[in-house]
Amino acid sequence: MKFQRLRLKVGLLLLIVSFLFVASCAKHRDISTTPAEESIEAAETDRQAGEEEQEQGISEEDIAARQKAEAAAEKRRLQAEKERAAKQEFINENVYFGFDDSSLTKKARQILKEKVEWLRKHSDVEVVIEGHCDERGTKEYNMALGQRRAQSIKNFLVNAGIDAHRLETISYGEERPVDPRHNEMAWAKNRRGHFRIK
Amino acid sequence: MHAKGCSRVGLIFVIMSIIFGIGARLPVAQAGPAYDYINISDPFLKKIPIAVPVFKPMSEPSKEAETAHKAADVLSEGLEFTGYFRLIDRGAFLEKPQEKGITGADLNFDNWTDIGAELLVTGGIWVADETVRLEIRLFDTFKGELLFGKRYGGDVIDLRQMIHRFCDEMLYRLTGKQGLFNSRIVFINKHEGKSAIYICDFDGHGPRRVIEGEAITLFPSWSPEGRAIAYTSYAGGEPSIFIRELESGETRRIAYDGINITPTWLPGGGGLAATLSVSGDEEIYLLTESGKIDKKLTDSWGIDVSPTFSPDGKKMAFVSKRAGTPQIYIKDLDTGDIRRLTYEGNYNTEPEWSPEGDRIVYSGMNGGRADIFLIGTDGQGLTRLTHNAGSNESPAWSPDGTLIVFSSTRSGAAKLYVMTASGTDQRPLLDMDGEQILPDWSSAIERE
Repeated sequence: MKFQRLRLKVGLLLLIVSFLFVASCAKHRDISTTPAEESIEAAETDRQAGEEEQEQGISEEDIAARQKAEAAAEKRRLQAEKERAAKQEFINENVYFGFDDSSLTKKARQILKEKVEWLRKHSDVEVVIEGHCDERGTKEYNMALGQRRAQSIKNFLVNAGIDAHRLETISYGEERPVDPRHNEMAWAKNRRGHFRIK
Repeated sequence: MHAKGCSRVGLIFVIMSIIFGIGARLPVAQAGPAYDYINISDPFLKKIPIAVPVFKPMSEPSKEAETAHKAADVLSEGLEFTGYFRLIDRGAFLEKPQEKGITGADLNFDNWTDIGAELLVTGGIWVADETVRLEIRLFDTFKGELLFGKRYGGDVIDLRQMIHRFCDEMLYRLTGKQGLFNSRIVFINKHEGKSAIYICDFDGHGPRRVIEGEAITLFPSWSPEGRAIAYTSYAGGEPSIFIRELESGETRRIAYDGINITPTWLPGGGGLAATLSVSGDEEIYLLTESGKIDKKLTDSWGIDVSPTFSPDGKKMAFVSKRAGTPQIYIKDLDTGDIRRLTYEGNYNTEPEWSPEGDRIVYSGMNGGRADIFLIGTDGQGLTRLTHNAGSNESPAWSPDGTLIVFSSTRSGAAKLYVMTASGTDQRPLLDMDGEQILPDWSSAIERE
């Protein structure tokens, strides 16, 4: 029984030794591999990397802390990303108007509510509100209409509690279309209120 | 209208006779109001056939031949531009005054009535060094009568100007209206991303740049005597009004908060009106030439823009959205009364009061394209002048009230066109690269 156990131990040891030998063989393998073997080797390398990490004895607590730090950094990154996106949206999202109209549509008011939120969060930011028109109509009247559009937007923001001194208005009339084409789609895009950060 | 026209013709001939006696240096036949040269009710539909032969070289034909041709051509083009005349082709002429002679005694008027000419202009020319002398006569061929004749002298480079002096006098004698040939047109040229203010002669001749910049530049407007131009520019970032003195180049800026646009001068000078949004609402104000606010001329919530004054300065027409769509209104500046002028259509803008005071030209839009319309200041006689030819905008009167300049996209990019006040003879004013917009016609400008 005792001998048997010894034999088992020796056998096990041999097995481990031979296993280690194989493993070390694998480790010190010749560099020139054939393509078919490459994926196997890659898998092996990954496995070893895992073993080595364990061998360095990093505790579970450290991993948790790092995960926490990583999560925090990720959160900050996402936050910053979100901030940037919000700022981009603030600048890029235009308010659109109907033909010869400076009144705010339901959609426009929704967009402006978001802009109010953003302006509240960034109380140091001053903006220029640009009023634009489509090419139809005459330049003189459109210059006035563009101003009226910018003013409509400003009035909405001031009523929502934004300091009027942070809001400048300017009309470009029909002088700066975003879409130079002469069709309904282009006209709809060009009748806009646009925000610019000072 | 017709009765008024007849009495005006009578008046013209009275004035004509007076000027005749004082101004003309050439022997003259009796002048009287016997011939109804210009049909006042519609002067442009039945054009007067007129013959303008090449001028006669008077001293050295070899040196004078080229200038003699040029003089007759400038005269022909000037007369044709007015829309009153039909120039008879020189190839049809039965005699050659440039060889035979230019006075009444030299001419056989049957040769001119036979080809249908009702009027005949003959000229003689002397060229010496850089100076030129001209002798020009206007004849009524049916009566075989000299209507008037004039001599001019000056530098060769001023030939055009001398010929136009004759044209202006001739128009005055035939129609009672004058000033066209001494007027100029200011406009905006947009080319390769730049806006520039240009000035050309009444007929599109010699466009020259007076102001250029990267900034958006709009709404140029002549001061009454042609001394300065007011305009709107974004040169300072926001739309401000600038006043440029043409002689000195001195520029003043008027910049209230918001927009400062559509400047227009009071007829007698001494200030201008413009649209400002300084109150948070677009209103028309009277400004001093230094830019101080003198008076608020409109007080109605919403857009009020594009002022234009009656010639006596007592009334102002403008555009307002007070009734929901842009329409033209007239304000009596003495009583403060405001009445609506236009009811047809949903978009009537850019009014300009005629020099004679009885009509307003404007652009009315339907379906995205604008056309030019005329309406009496009493709201009567609405007439459409452009039809199915692109978008036609920014009409402006010639100082004699006979022609209208405007911008049109009828051939693609916006270009300037001229037509008679009846809408006839629509033609391009000039040929330039880029887009030409927002013309304004000066009054007769005195030249040194």
